[in-house]
Amino acid sequence: MFDNLSLRLDKAIQNLKGQATITEINIAATVKEIRRALVDADVNFKVAKEVTDEIKEEALGQDVLTSVSPGQLLTKITNDKLTELMGGKLEEINVSGSPAVILISGLQGSGKTTFSGKLANYLKSQGKQVMLTACDIYRPAAIDQLKVLGEQVDVEVYAEPENKDAVSIANSAIKYAKSNGKSVVIVDTAGRLAIDEQMMSEIEALKKSLNPSETLFVVDSMTGQDAVNTARTFNERLDFDGVVLTKLDGDTRGGAALSIRRVVEKPIKFISTGEKLDAIDRFHPDRMSNRILGMGDVVSLVEKAQQAFDEDEAKRLNKKIRKNQFDLNDFLSQLQQIKKMGNIKDLVGMIPGMGKAIKDVDLDDANFKPVEAIIQSMTPMERENPDLLNGARRKRIAKGSGTSIQEVNRLMKQFGDMKKMMKVMNKSGARGLSALNPFR
Amino acid sequence: MGLFNKFFSKEDKESLDSGLHKTKETFFSKLGKAVVGKSKVDDEVLDNLEEVLVSSDVGIDTTVKIIERIEDRVARDKYLGVDELNNILKEEIAGLLEDNNATDQEGLSLDPTKKPYVILVVGVNGVGKTTTIGKLAARYKSLGNHVVLGAADTFRAAAVDQIKLWGERVGVHVVSKGMNTDPSAVAFEAVEYGVNHGADVVIIDTAGRLHTKVNLMNELSKIKRVIQKFIPEAPHEVLLVLDGSTGQNAVIQAREFTKATEVTSLAITKLDGTAKGGVVIGISNEFKIPVKYIGVGEKVEDLQVFNREAFVETLFE
Ligand SMILES: Nc1nc2c(ncn2[C@@H]2O[C@H](COP(=O)(O)OP(=O)(O)O)[C@@H](O)[C@H]2O)c(=O)[nH]1
Ligand SMILES: Nc1nc2c(ncn2[C@@H]2O[C@H](COP(=O)(O)OP(=O)(O)O)[C@@H](O)[C@H]2O)c(=O)[nH]1
Ligand SMILES: [Mg+2]
Ligand SMILES: [Mg+2]
Repeated sequence: MFDNLSLRLDKAIQNLKGQATITEINIAATVKEIRRALVDADVNFKVAKEVTDEIKEEALGQDVLTSVSPGQLLTKITNDKLTELMGGKLEEINVSGSPAVILISGLQGSGKTTFSGKLANYLKSQGKQVMLTACDIYRPAAIDQLKVLGEQVDVEVYAEPENKDAVSIANSAIKYAKSNGKSVVIVDTAGRLAIDEQMMSEIEALKKSLNPSETLFVVDSMTGQDAVNTARTFNERLDFDGVVLTKLDGDTRGGAALSIRRVVEKPIKFISTGEKLDAIDRFHPDRMSNRILGMGDVVSLVEKAQQAFDEDEAKRLNKKIRKNQFDLNDFLSQLQQIKKMGNIKDLVGMIPGMGKAIKDVDLDDANFKPVEAIIQSMTPMERENPDLLNGARRKRIAKGSGTSIQEVNRLMKQFGDMKKMMKVMNKSGARGLSALNPFR
Repeated sequence: MGLFNKFFSKEDKESLDSGLHKTKETFFSKLGKAVVGKSKVDDEVLDNLEEVLVSSDVGIDTTVKIIERIEDRVARDKYLGVDELNNILKEEIAGLLEDNNATDQEGLSLDPTKKPYVILVVGVNGVGKTTTIGKLAARYKSLGNHVVLGAADTFRAAAVDQIKLWGERVGVHVVSKGMNTDPSAVAFEAVEYGVNHGADVVIIDTAGRLHTKVNLMNELSKIKRVIQKFIPEAPHEVLLVLDGSTGQNAVIQAREFTKATEVTSLAITKLDGTAKGGVVIGISNEFKIPVKYIGVGEKVEDLQVFNREAFVETLFE
């Protein structure tokens, strides 16, 4: 793998130096490098060929004798080209209709159900009356999964666990939605392979019968060369309106985005960047282009870092401290906040090259993993009433959490000290969660 | 090295629509015409080979490696006919895949000194870990083994329900402590249950996690340590599940999961689709980990023991 396309191009482009313009001959090696870079980033092999041919056309005749290196120049041309190819005007999803129906489609495990939950949350926050519908009647516990997500975002989930006909479930759902004042119905469906004729007919029938205002194709950003086959077939069968790119919180280069965009010419409407239900975002072609070219996703990174700290949660905890009700559940929740800050490190991992360097630096929260495990091994009652924790209970907890009694004791002592400190703080009026971090 | 001279050569005007298939069908006939009686593989053949490999997600580095091996063989052996060349080609590719070294054909026979045989199943989100566990449990059970599953994915919504349903379907006990509990504690209890009930195999499911998430990778290492407190040489197998449609990111997945848990075997899922899973060739070669299983569907019987030759064959279909 390489870290920086422009460096690589600089090497390949040495024969260009000292020549006045880019010509067919002197650019050949460089174009090959770009193709290689794209294929390394999982851009489909044929798409990579087409795109680099176009880049070559654009580069021909351009002056080399500028202040930038030829590598930088070509990187810029390439970057602009990819941005343009994946761009176009930002298209909103269409939620017209009463109710508006949004049909979710895609392969197995691509993130459809999670995304359905996120979209429900997103539309709800825009004031829509949203309902989710569980049409995955095949995968074990798929309905339960959607129900749990629905609960988490406080959106009603329509399901008929005994009904084995997705089209009939969806139609009843819409009827139900109409008579219950819902404005948007999101229909989660089973994963299916593009070559599974029976399953493709099912989703085609769903689309025909529901006439959705928006049909989305959900695809895993880690997908390789096959992305084009799948996207093309789904598009032929469903003529979908937009693409959702998931799991972009990892370090995949995400070349599938370019391939799909090129092959089906449908906009990428959302990206999904995590398992939590607020990890949904707009697609930014420029950032995606940077990412495919290995230039890191710096802008997203900075934004994410800013979002990591949850103000509301901090306020809630402060209140409990003031009332002297701080218990082990709150303690755990606070640890999780700190851990979220630790996640910034994960995000830094999104920058190719940078990731490796920073991964081994000890900004690590490994320190509080045992603490978390200890608390998680307690019963709810114990968490609320730490005084219950006698020797026998501590022994059980140590065993369950894979720690030692000493570690449990140490934690309980820390927790006790903390509570004492809180009392003092409350009396003296001092506040601030930072004092609570036992690892400082 | 002539490989990239004609990378995506201009003559190649096939449309995106039908390109891949056509190329593959005629690959061997072209190959034959171009090389029979010669002592050097010409660029056109290499281009075609490269196209086949790259579009099966083999990746450029591994593709270059394969082509170098073919060139060496051809220079040395001077082949006679098409069949022979086909065989050389397949042998060279299969040679990159680690041997499973199984004592039996199925790779499922158990060493009686390792009882229970503990398998920890890991991988990124949505690759098919739980499904593979369900299928594997059925396999082991059908061979007369007492199988126990551990529901240590306590994070993804309804993950515990999912594995419990698999347990019911297959007829094996699932140890679970419910959602949002400590996965290490579940793993520990599953192993404990297995020991106390004389189980032959304990398979631990874990939550999907991207390898870039430091906390979650540490959590995996910890699950492993906790299991070792009970049985020092366990887990006897750490099975990394890879999605067959994943591209080059799978290489990084293998590297990072190996760092966190010393992966000992691989499963590639979803090969019932059009994806080829070629990335696994480079992975198996680089990390010296054998592929043990492939997933070819969602049903309990859709698990196959990996066969190197058959796998290589499908790349050229
Ligand atoms: N890291 C990460 N995981 C995701 C994302 N979207 C979904 N997942 C996870 O991927 C797995 C499959 O998701 P699911 O919604 O069940 O996929 P479905 O089979 O298409 O419905 C689950 O473990 C999800 O938690 C994402 O954007 N990032
Ligand atoms: N077509 C196909 N689907 C599979 C295969 N293995 C798993 N799946 C599906 O992929 C999705 C995710 O599987 P699951 O076991 O929940 O993944 P996990 O998140 O890694 O545990 C489910 O819809 C499974 O039915 C396979 O070999 N072929
Ligand atoms: Mg689903
Ligand atoms: Mg699972």
